Amino acid sequence: MSVLVFAESAEGKFRKSAREAVSYASKVARKLGKETIALALGTIDASELSGLGKFGATKVLHASDPRFDKFDSGAFTKAIAQAAQKINAEVIVLSFSNNGKALGPRLSARLKAGIVPGVNSLPETGGEFVVKKSVFSGKGFANFVINTPVKILSLSPNSMPVEQTEQTAAVEPFSVEITDKDFGVQVVGVEKESQGVPLPEAEVVVSGGRGLKGPENWGMIEDLAKILGAATACSRAVSDVHWRPHHEHVGQTGLTIRPNLYIAVGISGAIQHLAGVNGSKYIVVINNDPEAPFFKYADYGVVGDAFDVVPKLNEALKKYFASNN
Amino acid sequence: MKILVCISKVPDTTTKINFKENNTKFSEENVQWILNPTDEWYALVRALELKEKLGGTVTVVHVGKPDSDPIIRKALAIGADDAVRIDAEPADSYFAGAQIAEYARGKAYDIIFTGKETINYNGFMTGGVVAESLDLPFVSLAMSLEMEGSAATIKREIEGGKEVVKVNTPFVVSATKGLAEPRIPNMRGIMAAKTKPFAVAQPAAGSQFTFIKSYELPAQKQSVKLVKSDNVAELVELLHNEAKII
Repeated sequence: MSVLVFAESAEGKFRKSAREAVSYASKVARKLGKETIALALGTIDASELSGLGKFGATKVLHASDPRFDKFDSGAFTKAIAQAAQKINAEVIVLSFSNNGKALGPRLSARLKAGIVPGVNSLPETGGEFVVKKSVFSGKGFANFVINTPVKILSLSPNSMPVEQTEQTAAVEPFSVEITDKDFGVQVVGVEKESQGVPLPEAEVVVSGGRGLKGPENWGMIEDLAKILGAATACSRAVSDVHWRPHHEHVGQTGLTIRPNLYIAVGISGAIQHLAGVNGSKYIVVINNDPEAPFFKYADYGVVGDAFDVVPKLNEALKKYFASNN
Repeated sequence: MKILVCISKVPDTTTKINFKENNTKFSEENVQWILNPTDEWYALVRALELKEKLGGTVTVVHVGKPDSDPIIRKALAIGADDAVRIDAEPADSYFAGAQIAEYARGKAYDIIFTGKETINYNGFMTGGVVAESLDLPFVSLAMSLEMEGSAATIKREIEGGKEVVKVNTPFVVSATKGLAEPRIPNMRGIMAAKTKPFAVAQPAAGSQFTFIKSYELPAQKQSVKLVKSDNVAELVELLHNEAKII
């Protein structure tokens, strides 16, 4: 019996969410007194593979079949299911990433294994297997019990700190029984939209709303994001009128994010927006309306005109980083 | 095109969430129920657009009890041709997805649409469960979808951009923002919905793999620390010394 973790990769490297998932899996395995075995699919650098040991994997199964360089939820599900059966996995950990969100339900249906998608803490394993996840888009939490022998957990990005050790993992080739027919979805291209950190994985997020008055005013928001190494986001109102691309929309009907720091500029803080961001560790609100509901949910606030406050904040941050680096 | 759209019932986005019976149940008091946004705005509307362009039918399917009928009628008012309610409480997301798969099995749908997630349990589950149960390709988080014969070209959201994929019918697809623009039902649609075919199907034997033991509300924030707008250096100081975040 062991804990299997699928470590998602892109362009030969593991994603940040994969390192988080491996570290999380090893903590689950420690609780259960089991071994942590990672599965990697496709072309991946050798040092990356053994490097998963640092995050707690004792062994890495690697299926180097280059067909896995492109994502198909059906083929990937078969591969993970075969690995789970081979090592007799009791718990399977996935990332709650865009691909992981497609894999979880397929794997659950294939293995008849209960899943809690989007967990953000460790399970209780004493008696019942109980794990907490955010529900109602962040307006509450639910403690789910999984009552199948095999259990699947997919981990929300940015929700657990990554622990590092000096360990290296043994890498073992793994052959997946798969045919071309299993790849029903063909990836024919990728259009990159942001150069920096992808929003769901970002530790710092700078977000703008209607208070910015127009898309031409986003320069200072992008400057602030650049200074902080942050991703940019926006409210629904802003993405609905196409001031910003759809993928930046955070809130109940957009993305739910959990950065360490969320800076909201010119966003009043409607309940639907709060739902998508209230898992953030710290929230800073900049708004000229002292009655904006967002201030009730913020750690720090500045009441003032964004066009005055943000450029000043940018200068203050530049000064800070210049003297602290 | 023979299209099936999976629709779910969720609390309205403005709902304040409360729990009852010692935090073991979601309190439905004063809750306004709506069609799940991504099901309605993107999945259903793109399905209707494809039908209008290529011909065919759009059926909506829902797992729930009779209190779901108003949201199913709304989907008919927006333009679906007919509706099926599988008469069962959706015990967990696997159960609901598997019920839809059993209903769809053997009915030769070209495309099965779902919204990317429901806004109550946020599991992103239905599309994947349906696809795996029926052994179909699944494209999640579709931002655009164009058909050419039986081949679809879909742009799906990935971290930091879009992935362009090709897939042949039959397939399952989950919808996110960008796939279509929401439609508001008009009076004619609302009237027509009253006479459109609306079947109630008995559930298949199903399994429930998970259950909710208890709920919690998020911890209240301490009151906000306000910084004067002419002294933002203080904010930088707080982020560094107090929050230790920079």
